[in-house]
Amino acid sequence: MAAKKTKPVVAPTPNSGVFSVMKADGSVDARRDPKLSTAAARHLYETMVRTRVLDERMTMLQRQGRIGFHIGSMGEEATIVGSAAGLDAGDFIFPCYREIGAALYRGFSLETYMHNMFGTAGDTVKGRQMPDHYSAREIGFGSVSSPVGTQIPQAVGYAWAARHKGEKSVALVYFGEGATSEGDFHVGLNFAGVMKAPVIFLCRNNHWAISVPVARQTRSENIAVKAEAYGIRGVQVDGNDALAVVAATREAAERGRHGEGATLIECLTYRVGAHSTSDDPRVYRADEEVVPWRAQDGIDRMRRYLERRGIWKPSDEETVRTKADDAVKAAIKTAEATAEPDLETIFEGVFAEQPWHLREEWDEAARARDLK
Amino acid sequence: MPTWNMIQAINDALRVEMRRDPNVVVLGEDVGKFGGVFRATEGLQKEFGDERVFDTPLSEGGIMGTAIGMAVYGLRPVPEIQFSDFIYPAFDQIVNEAAKFRYRSGGQFTVPMVIRTPCGGGIRGGHYHSQSPEAYFIHTAGLKVVMPSNPHDAKGLLLSSIRDDDPVVFFEPKRIYRAAKGEVPEGDYTVPLGKAAILREGRDATIITWGAMVHEALAAATTLEGDGVGVELIDLRTLWPVDIDSIVDSAKKTGRVVVVHEAPRTCGFGAEIVTLIQERAFLHLEAPIKRVTGYDTPFPYTLENDYLPRAPRIVDGVRGVLNY
Repeated sequence: MAAKKTKPVVAPTPNSGVFSVMKADGSVDARRDPKLSTAAARHLYETMVRTRVLDERMTMLQRQGRIGFHIGSMGEEATIVGSAAGLDAGDFIFPCYREIGAALYRGFSLETYMHNMFGTAGDTVKGRQMPDHYSAREIGFGSVSSPVGTQIPQAVGYAWAARHKGEKSVALVYFGEGATSEGDFHVGLNFAGVMKAPVIFLCRNNHWAISVPVARQTRSENIAVKAEAYGIRGVQVDGNDALAVVAATREAAERGRHGEGATLIECLTYRVGAHSTSDDPRVYRADEEVVPWRAQDGIDRMRRYLERRGIWKPSDEETVRTKADDAVKAAIKTAEATAEPDLETIFEGVFAEQPWHLREEWDEAARARDLK
Repeated sequence: MPTWNMIQAINDALRVEMRRDPNVVVLGEDVGKFGGVFRATEGLQKEFGDERVFDTPLSEGGIMGTAIGMAVYGLRPVPEIQFSDFIYPAFDQIVNEAAKFRYRSGGQFTVPMVIRTPCGGGIRGGHYHSQSPEAYFIHTAGLKVVMPSNPHDAKGLLLSSIRDDDPVVFFEPKRIYRAAKGEVPEGDYTVPLGKAAILREGRDATIITWGAMVHEALAAATTLEGDGVGVELIDLRTLWPVDIDSIVDSAKKTGRVVVVHEAPRTCGFGAEIVTLIQERAFLHLEAPIKRVTGYDTPFPYTLENDYLPRAPRIVDGVRGVLNY
């Protein structure tokens, strides 16, 4: 997918407003265009569509009681997939819990994902975590955990270690605007500044942390401005403009690779859906607030861009959606037909070698299965 | 063989391993040029450079979070938390992240890391320089917990801990940093994790303890010996996973057990040891197992010697189980 990288004339700049490349009609500002190849542009768009299709299916499955939980990214696909597209394959991603789009962009297997959603014996994390809490080392993608913001300083350490070992890679860490109230956010930015770590802090400002709006998280003018206090670069980007997110991520990555330190990218987007399947936003959010954001949908905008460029036709749309739907259905079928993990998976992998007490507890659990 | 104190032994262990393994890095507050407030990392930055031994900003959560990232990458970081009383801002990173990475990722990611941290009282440190928080970490699935009582074990256990593929919380009893001296082999050797040391053999009663309290227990055992009481003294060394066989064998042998620790009594690790013994050696016991511990109060400043389980309290505890 690697397109030839032409440096845009106009790059995102701190304190200069929200960086964008595309207008709502899909037309681009040529001076800012990251100039993706046809293949890269199509892969970016197709992954956004696949992410949306997957979201819809997973929400449906949860409503049907076939899976316990799903946490989606509806409306945030341009931020999530665009940032993944701005990285090189050797760069590492520390996820929050809403970035399946980034994993799919990197080739994460839908089947592996679905085993996680169903917690089956085929789950690479052995049914030990909730749905949407996968790990994908093979694609340079970390381990999803639920505590908010903990991954931020970890990404700093990882990025520092890679540079220490002479690599030219960066680490990108995702989090929402709610996480910027956590200590780990401030600690991470401060350590990154002091350690000159090649890390990209990618804040999905989707405006809502469950029921709490961004105005209740901070008095700062915006999130990006917080970078200044830590001596790192902070920029604001239109998070529903996939090309702007690609350009901003790519620029931050290049800076990191060349020893210019960390960047905080605030992507302004919107959580169109619920926080998760366990949430009902109608209780705390007026639908009128959502309507204008739906109209700015990042998928629609990217499609108009492809159409204007002449590399997308209605039949392509039909094909990608059908293929995505078929692939999701096939993965569901496989996962649903797979048994649950063996009992021993509870007791293995706590340590590299199983200590005596876990062996004893495993025996106890095995006996308990025979109790009436 | 040189005679060293704990600080020298720990410093030498770090030096030995950093020479052997380029993936070992040391980070923390004041560990660089200054060499640590207790001097445990003295001279390391000079030998290994400021990319492998460095001062971090003053944030325990940040030290731990970044060290975890380094370990996930493939380094073997040895972060220092200056006093274990200050470890709590890093608690989430330790118990929810470091301890769980292997399990929650199905083994895709691991955190081979040793958290070195001075613990314990008896140095006129008051509540915030005297705590013994080992039980919190023993309670956490996915952590190993170590506390040496002498220079030989400190070096050998630290080398084992750094080479271990799981996160280890390595408590260093600061009261005996310089007071405990002993012969320490030069160069490379290890003391295995999960193996207790039987420091004295005896038939009449067992004392199980660790860290600085080993020295109080030794003094108590000497006193008791004068009265004709043979004490078997077990220094656990690795608290978790604990050496269950040594504990149970000794309990069966003497039938009378006293567990000694500095930490507060309630839900202290002593409670777990008592339970493990009664589950496995009930019919061998001649008396209820006695706990001689710190009290369930914050650690006091002026009256710390009343708080600590000093030798006379241990002697009294042993007499209690003998006379039951």
